[in-house]
Amino acid sequence: MILRAEGITAGYQAPVLRELTCAVEPGSLLAVVGPNGSGKTTLLRVLLGLLAPSGGTVTLAGRPVGDWSRRDIARAVGVVTQREEDPFPLRVDQAVLLGRYPYLGPLSPPRAADREAVVVAMARADVLHLRGRTTDRLSGGEAQRVRVARALAQTPALLLLDEPTASLDVRHEMELLELVRGLADQGLGALVITHHLNLAARYADRMLLLDAGRAAGHGPPTAVLSEEAVSRVFAWPVARTTWRDGSPQIVPLRPSER
Amino acid sequence: MKGWLLAAAAALAVGTGLALGAVALGPTALWRGISGADPEAATILWSIRAPRVALAFLVGGGLGVAGAALQALVRNPLADPYLLGISGGAGLGAVTAIALGLAAAWALPAFAFAGGVAALVIVYRLALAAGRLDPRTLVLAGVVVGSFAGALTSAILVLSDAPRLRNAFLWLLGGFSAASWPAVLAFGAYAAPALAVLIVLGRRFDLLALGEEAAAHLGVDVDRARRTAYLASGLVAGAAVAVSGVVGFVGLVMPHAMRRVVGPLHGRLLPAVFVAGGAFLVLADVLARTVVRPVELPVGVVTALVGVPVFAVLLRREAA
Repeated sequence: MILRAEGITAGYQAPVLRELTCAVEPGSLLAVVGPNGSGKTTLLRVLLGLLAPSGGTVTLAGRPVGDWSRRDIARAVGVVTQREEDPFPLRVDQAVLLGRYPYLGPLSPPRAADREAVVVAMARADVLHLRGRTTDRLSGGEAQRVRVARALAQTPALLLLDEPTASLDVRHEMELLELVRGLADQGLGALVITHHLNLAARYADRMLLLDAGRAAGHGPPTAVLSEEAVSRVFAWPVARTTWRDGSPQIVPLRPSER
Repeated sequence: MKGWLLAAAAALAVGTGLALGAVALGPTALWRGISGADPEAATILWSIRAPRVALAFLVGGGLGVAGAALQALVRNPLADPYLLGISGGAGLGAVTAIALGLAAAWALPAFAFAGGVAALVIVYRLALAAGRLDPRTLVLAGVVVGSFAGALTSAILVLSDAPRLRNAFLWLLGGFSAASWPAVLAFGAYAAPALAVLIVLGRRFDLLALGEEAAAHLGVDVDRARRTAYLASGLVAGAAVAVSGVVGFVGLVMPHAMRRVVGPLHGRLLPAVFVAGGAFLVLADVLARTVVRPVELPVGVVTALVGVPVFAVLLRREAA
């Protein structure tokens, strides 16, 4: 199943995205990077059919995303956002079970298949040991993994993550990215919005560099993260080096180093 | 297990509600009344107490469910079924009927219901003016419209003569002294479909409580679910005010208390809140009509006197 945006222009009053093309494909990890306000989250909303583009098309499995019900989209696409507030804390296994909503009737209790999907999702996101805790008693990293588990309980073909590691320390950030990379290697299609260019360069198959709603680069990390493009888009001079795995790494320069 | 306990507590409350009043009926007398062996007890039971207990139970349960639903919708455990300006509008409607000297039995509840629903519609329109249905705008609109209606109500009260003033005042505080089978039916006709809608929406409230983005990502049509739920809870609250005045605290405290008993998932919470809210209001009404016999306290006074300390204890424990 492929989620594809072609030549989309979208926004609220003024356009935020302009003639943008990208795709989330099975087995592949796409990292979307760009300065604040460059349209990353707007792109996510357009891809999910929550914001209709004024131009271009978004299709999921070849059908316009606007023709899909929210329920059917939720069966195909899982989403993890930066953070959520929790006015009524749930037990972790109950929270993950909410991911089965698109499969349940309004009053029917969860079936064995639903319970199984929840356990599998918790195991994949490594939160099985947390299942008896309530969500207000989790660290930032644990809470984020629980939300990944909830998204996996939707048994989606695609997973979209909007700055999933924004408030996490190094270990939890690496654990989460390893998890997403592993899922992509198992065939899931993933899109990760992030500010961490260097981690994105190491984990992603392809990158999309956004500059005021336009694609300033789209392709393998080595092609997208050029000194020239990154310096221009982020309006700060950078140098580029190469890490041992061959991925490009960006080092922002101090004024004395220019 | 918890379900049975709740049901037993509710049965006990209903039994107490039928037994106690101006004339206390012991278990034997109660049975003789129910079976019809004692015509006098039967009259007290069937034409006075039973409709009163039934109405108190339905209103209490309805306010509880509406409160729980609104708390999930605005994602705030301190929300209340009157949040949408309904009590203000209904109060204004009722006081208008009293000030106009409309004596007919139907006039006051009809005016109150019309006032409540009018307030609900105005609040809803105001909130939509901002584009989408945003909970914060909605709360703000509810407060503003409620205050405006309250000001008009005060103005009318000040300009009314003393006996009418007292009538209006008593009505505003809420009570079931005018309960009758037609009132039970009228409330049921409006509230039952709305309550059924809220119960069916149950699982959607779990997701809406996570926030609109998360709910949409998990497959909820957020705008539609919200619109339906606001209108259904507004209808329940409006019908409740129409038949019993403004009874506070049931819709605020009961969802809070039941979340601690059955957990926050709405599939279980809403039925539990209905039963517990009903039992609570029946007992509150028993207190209202027996504590200072023969004078009857407004039941809203009792629910506040009982509800506020309970709420304070809950809040303290939550903070601990």
